[in-house]
Amino acid sequence: MKVLVGVKRVVDANIKVRVKSDGSGVDTANVKMAMNPFCEIAVEQAVRMKEAGTVTEIVAVSVGAAQCQETLRTALAMGADRAILVETDQEVQPLAVAKVIKALCDKEKPGLVIMGKQAIDDDCNQTGQMLAALLGWPQACFVSKIEVNGDTAQITREIDGGLEKLSSKMPLVMTTDLRLNEPRYVTLPNIMKAKKKPLENVKPADLGVDVAPRLATLKVAEPPQRTAGVKVDDVAALVNKLKNEARVI
Amino acid sequence: MAILVVAEHDGARLKPGFLNTITAAKKIGGDIVALVVGHQSSAAAEAVAKVDGVSKVLHADAAMYAQPTAENITALVLTLAKDYSHIVAAATGFGKNFMPRVAAMLDVAQVSDISDVVSADTFVRPIYAGNALATVQSKDPVKVVTVRIASFDVVADSGGSASIESIGAGPETDLSSVQSQELTKSARPELTAARVIVSGGRGMGNGENFKILEALADKLNAAVGASRAAVDSGFVPNDYQVGQTGKIVAPELYIAVGISGAIQHLAGMKDSKVIVAINKDAEAPIFQVSNYWIVDDLFKVVPEFTSQLG
Repeated sequence: MKVLVGVKRVVDANIKVRVKSDGSGVDTANVKMAMNPFCEIAVEQAVRMKEAGTVTEIVAVSVGAAQCQETLRTALAMGADRAILVETDQEVQPLAVAKVIKALCDKEKPGLVIMGKQAIDDDCNQTGQMLAALLGWPQACFVSKIEVNGDTAQITREIDGGLEKLSSKMPLVMTTDLRLNEPRYVTLPNIMKAKKKPLENVKPADLGVDVAPRLATLKVAEPPQRTAGVKVDDVAALVNKLKNEARVI
Repeated sequence: MAILVVAEHDGARLKPGFLNTITAAKKIGGDIVALVVGHQSSAAAEAVAKVDGVSKVLHADAAMYAQPTAENITALVLTLAKDYSHIVAAATGFGKNFMPRVAAMLDVAQVSDISDVVSADTFVRPIYAGNALATVQSKDPVKVVTVRIASFDVVADSGGSASIESIGAGPETDLSSVQSQELTKSARPELTAARVIVSGGRGMGNGENFKILEALADKLNAAVGASRAAVDSGFVPNDYQVGQTGKIVAPELYIAVGISGAIQHLAGMKDSKVIVAINKDAEAPIFQVSNYWIVDDLFKVVPEFTSQLG
């Protein structure tokens, strides 16, 4: 079975972003970028399924600017076999990404698509569900365990109250949650090997997809700041503050 | 304009987020129609009919909706979508699962996790773990919107008298089926509806130690939450997780115990009214968002806190 994995280049998870003073967006110039953590889990899942013999080929896909090549090289170093960059300098929103990957699926015919459940920049949590809809495939979101047996998959996914067991037909779009696996670190030899793996570059127009944004961002603002708090010396002082100052207990 | 709000319930009772979602729908403005999808779920439909602001309830009751899949809910919503300017649901695990599927089938963008309504087509939503607030405008003919429940007050769950209209089931897609659910049983309030939350992190050391947080929570009628680190370490189940990609909460009082305060955790709780942190590390970033904090051993502080509450 061939697997297609979507990966997104985002601001590194450890960086606290700053809002630009003109309110036009978030300052990402000279900020460390990395693969979205949920996409790392997606790549790791594909690699583990290949190691287990369920998967024969892993194709990593990214949609965005030329620099997304770096993110795809990371996916290749983790164990993906080849990569496709759908290059555009336009802002790409989830619906557009889903349409691009749908077009690639029509061409590549994977048996499974694995994506992160959410990108930590726009926090949308949409693309996997949208792709499944456009393909007319079932979806398995927020997955913490999956076993594929021929034409069906047994899935455990995280829901608000606990866990849900889902039985699904294949092909399938799944999105990863945190407990699915712990992604491996890429090693230097694998980074070197990844440089020789094929990376194809196409444009959205080559796939016949219009990626024009549907939502206009009118402004981006700082959230309200919390007022500074105080250190209290002991529990008695804390209880006193909570009762008499904050009046919450 | 008419707004279709998809209700989340357990067959008998409404999930708390529905009442917040109605507040957001009222702010959008228009006739509010609620959709209840379930099996043997008349009690839930009747509960929705009493909610302030709901003008009509559409009730789809069928065996296939006992534990509905995203595919089947989407197929049903699509049969109704043409009559509405907005399709709205809470940004809970339920809403996040099927709403983007609805949006894609309608060829429209989804506006995820809104924290405010500016106008019928313009919304505020947190991005970058809540470190920025984006105001976005949708030009699509139908607005598909999910609502951050922590950002909106609840409406009254009584006083309304909406009519209930039974509608037929939508198409059975037969793509997937729910086999079972393993729900964490607790007599405590739900995290997303609790007035007080006591949360534990890596500093708790193990799951057994969460007992001291539970004792404190019982005194405060609080829910118990956790950081990602505590969940990943297996101390507590996944549904305890508060954070950017877990549950977003804004209680009156949030007590963070043994939680250092990673960006991703702060994203899930920094809108709480009062934040208390207990941590032995004097440099813990959690203190930057706290109203009150104690730098000391949590195993000493928490039992003392519990006993001083009498």
